[in-house]
Amino acid sequence: VSQPFRMTEGGTIRRDRPVRITFDGLELEGFEGDTVASILLANGVRIAARGIYSGRPRGVMSAGAEEANVFLQVVSGAGESMIAATRVEAHRGLHVRSLAGRGVLDPSPDGARYDKRYTHVETLVVGGGRSGVAAAMGARRAGHRVLLLDDRPTSAADSAAALAGVTVLTRTTALGYHDHGYVVAIERRTDHLDAPHPAIARHRLWKIRAARIILATGAYERPIAFAGNDVPGVMLAGAAATYVERFGVRPGRRAVVIAAHDDALRAACTLAKAGIEIAAVVDVRRSTDAPPAAELRSLGITVRRGAVVSTATGEDGVLAGVYLSADDRTTLVACDLLAVSGGWNPALELFTQAGGRTRWSAAAACFVPDGETPRVQVVGRATGAFAEALSPATTFLSPRGTEPAEEVYLDPQRDATLGDLRRAVAAGMRSIEHVKRYTTISTGADQGRTSSVLTVGILCEELGVPLAEGATTAWRPPVAPVPFTLLAGRDRGELADPARLSPIHDWHLANGAVFEDAGQWKRPACFPSGGDEPLHATVARECTAARTGVAMMDASTLGKIQLQGRDVGVLLDRVYTNVMSTLATGSVRYGVMCGLDGMVLDDGTVARLAGDRWHMTTTTGHAGRVLAWLEEWLQTEWRDLDVRCTSVTEQWATIAVAGPRSREVIARLAPALDVSAAGFPFMTWRDTLLLGIPARIMRISFSGELAYEVNISAWHGHAVWAALLDAGAPFGITPYGTETLRVLRAEKGYPIMGQETDGSVSPFDLGMARIVSKGKKDFIGRRSHDREDTARPDRKQLVGLVPVDGTTPLTEGAQLVEAGVPLGTPPVPMIGHVTSAYHSVTLGTPFALALLAGGAARHGDRIQAVDGMRSTLVRVTGPVHYDPTGARRDGD
Amino acid sequence: MARRASPIEAETMFLIDCPWCGPRGESEFTYGGPPGPAYPDDPAALDARAWGSFLFVRENHRGWCRERWVHTAGCGMWLHAIRHTVTYEFAAFYTPEGPVPPMPDGSAR
Repeated sequence: VSQPFRMTEGGTIRRDRPVRITFDGLELEGFEGDTVASILLANGVRIAARGIYSGRPRGVMSAGAEEANVFLQVVSGAGESMIAATRVEAHRGLHVRSLAGRGVLDPSPDGARYDKRYTHVETLVVGGGRSGVAAAMGARRAGHRVLLLDDRPTSAADSAAALAGVTVLTRTTALGYHDHGYVVAIERRTDHLDAPHPAIARHRLWKIRAARIILATGAYERPIAFAGNDVPGVMLAGAAATYVERFGVRPGRRAVVIAAHDDALRAACTLAKAGIEIAAVVDVRRSTDAPPAAELRSLGITVRRGAVVSTATGEDGVLAGVYLSADDRTTLVACDLLAVSGGWNPALELFTQAGGRTRWSAAAACFVPDGETPRVQVVGRATGAFAEALSPATTFLSPRGTEPAEEVYLDPQRDATLGDLRRAVAAGMRSIEHVKRYTTISTGADQGRTSSVLTVGILCEELGVPLAEGATTAWRPPVAPVPFTLLAGRDRGELADPARLSPIHDWHLANGAVFEDAGQWKRPACFPSGGDEPLHATVARECTAARTGVAMMDASTLGKIQLQGRDVGVLLDRVYTNVMSTLATGSVRYGVMCGLDGMVLDDGTVARLAGDRWHMTTTTGHAGRVLAWLEEWLQTEWRDLDVRCTSVTEQWATIAVAGPRSREVIARLAPALDVSAAGFPFMTWRDTLLLGIPARIMRISFSGELAYEVNISAWHGHAVWAALLDAGAPFGITPYGTETLRVLRAEKGYPIMGQETDGSVSPFDLGMARIVSKGKKDFIGRRSHDREDTARPDRKQLVGLVPVDGTTPLTEGAQLVEAGVPLGTPPVPMIGHVTSAYHSVTLGTPFALALLAGGAARHGDRIQAVDGMRSTLVRVTGPVHYDPTGARRDGD
Repeated sequence: MARRASPIEAETMFLIDCPWCGPRGESEFTYGGPPGPAYPDDPAALDARAWGSFLFVRENHRGWCRERWVHTAGCGMWLHAIRHTVTYEFAAFYTPEGPVPPMPDGSAR
């Protein structure tokens, strides 16, 4: 029989619109308006999940977001890795699988669309029940822009005509309250549809900034714990009534109801009227003669007062009966539904995130908001004020139901038991926050909506402290699981982290460049010839061209800052260690910047373009940081200086032409330019025309060879690159990349800031004392250079290394150890590390740069470079391995 | 650079009222720490302790504090704010030029 537990009438389901879904391959029938949970119950599927560690059978225990047992993987449509069965709306073509407490991620790409929306309102209402609707209408009447979020498929707010002007979002869950009225919510737009149109975004992430937030989030029902409370068939009493009222489903045939308050007795009436046989109604309160008890009497049902559950028992994995104890008698009552309710917990996730505090209310038997927060107000059942009297008893653990403690499940999703709680207490845990972490209670996907307060209550009982001293744990955002695809939105693929491309990138791409990332930039590392040249051979070929002929590289990614104003010289003298203000127009100077702590921040060159105009370069990776550094000083400390800074990195394409034949290449393209060593000396710049394109050429070199750095408007970068390639063809001009650049500069002993330095290296450590001014009164970092620690002679200093055998390659990151020190027994005293290591085709040997304690005084010594357990004997040298006299910079 | 927000934090939290641009989300800004002591006129005249204190020692007050932000993804300007380090509420925003608003608790901080 299909749907043996479905009633012939009742509920808000559409009996005229049947749907068929599969659950673990089993075909099940239901109706539009059902959830997977209600279809499972309608079809008598009692075992719908397994405990994550225990493997025990579990069934649906709630009707809402508090579900702790039955989680599903949705395998149809866009899919879902883990979602409560109570939250999945039934539709045609829905296929789900049961889970054992752990989600399953579908590795295939998610083709659905996800969007983000921003909105600003005066009043945000969370919760579309009676209180929420009333609050929204009130705010609307006051002229506010009002947004109302309802977690459910339909909202009372939808049908309230008076709500004109209130924006209502259904199927929308507020995920978290952040600071200053900022709430993030997920709107599920297509998950309930049979065949959603692919153009409709599946989910929307709403980013809401609200002046005032009203939480009408209601309350979650709280269970009572006893042995066997996780057996399928044990359910929250209010949830059992909901299945009858909303879905027309009887969650069992013969029920026992355990009530600690009047609502649970009302639920018993609902079950009885739905034709469920009521085997027993137990009111744990001794003294209350509750009004609903009279109604139950009229239905022929006697309420047993003061009785308690001792154990629920199962048969074939599902509920078969319950032992009830009253006075000294214990009786077994057969049933297939045990509807339990210990009270209501106000849903205060967002309130606590907003900094709200809670206090125990004995009258409401729950934690309620303790005061308000500046922007967040709580209304309705979420305050602990219930429409109808509850007269609740405070009951967390059924007094006779504590044995065996390992079968009292406090958090069935985490399979955490009363035994676990007691072990936590025995281990010395007192705070609920510690107990939570020790036991993992309330750390599951349901975030402990049913287990958290239950655990607080039992913990207080175990410790013998009053509940007033208890506290709830904080609910962290997001309060419901969120797909990462939604958080990513459209920022996927190449939009996830957009790449910065040089104006010459297309040429590199077409000519087989191997790229590397430098921050967001894509830079050619080298250009393998013919596509199958080994990388080491490529680098060797490119290095040889630069050392013996001519080579060119795209240096457009270098940071470039234009500075303008009367006081640029003053600023530069303060931020660089050397004197810049004396630089003549037409000249270029190298400089190093330090932080206040005296350690190297960045290096680069400065060109003086005119009296009040200067052009600064930075390393590729530090351009933004250097500009921010200058701006900070100018805006906050030195507001009297007349200086303006502008990033011009993207405006200029920069091409370095290096090698002894570079002069001839430039001469061919710039006939008007005097390229002689005397007419265009090292560390000067000239403006000229290349192919009629205005170009600024600087004679600076990062390779030690004669070199020209050609700067042109980025628009013309590609054209000039091609022209240089043509002009250089007779000389065998060879494009090179960053890997070759690094070998060339390392052979010259030039450090790369960020590779040789790590924020703890001073200019003196780099052997750059010559560019630290002695005459300037002050510059940033100067005072720190005189600190005792900065002046220590045994600081790590830049040195060169070569393997003693002349052949063994060295490894970047290798640790330096004194010769003869055995490596077998830690600790092995380490005296430095390798910062750069390459093979030099020019030197015919591997070599390295390294930071070595007291290294400046150790040239000629032999030490070990240790990579893992591999030790290489190396000789310490000065950092400059090639052309120490600088004879090459003007060419052959 | 702007703080790289974790996706769970959903990009912005604070609402910062830039004196030049108006209220904007925190993701547009970079935190600049407390306004330290002014750069000394003559750092060379400070002894090691005084210089170390200038470099590294900052008050870490619980309550209303002055702090600096820079509108990195906006106008690029620095601004000052008074914020409560427990509630995170802002009391004032002002430019480095001032005038410097008084602390809500009347302190001279």
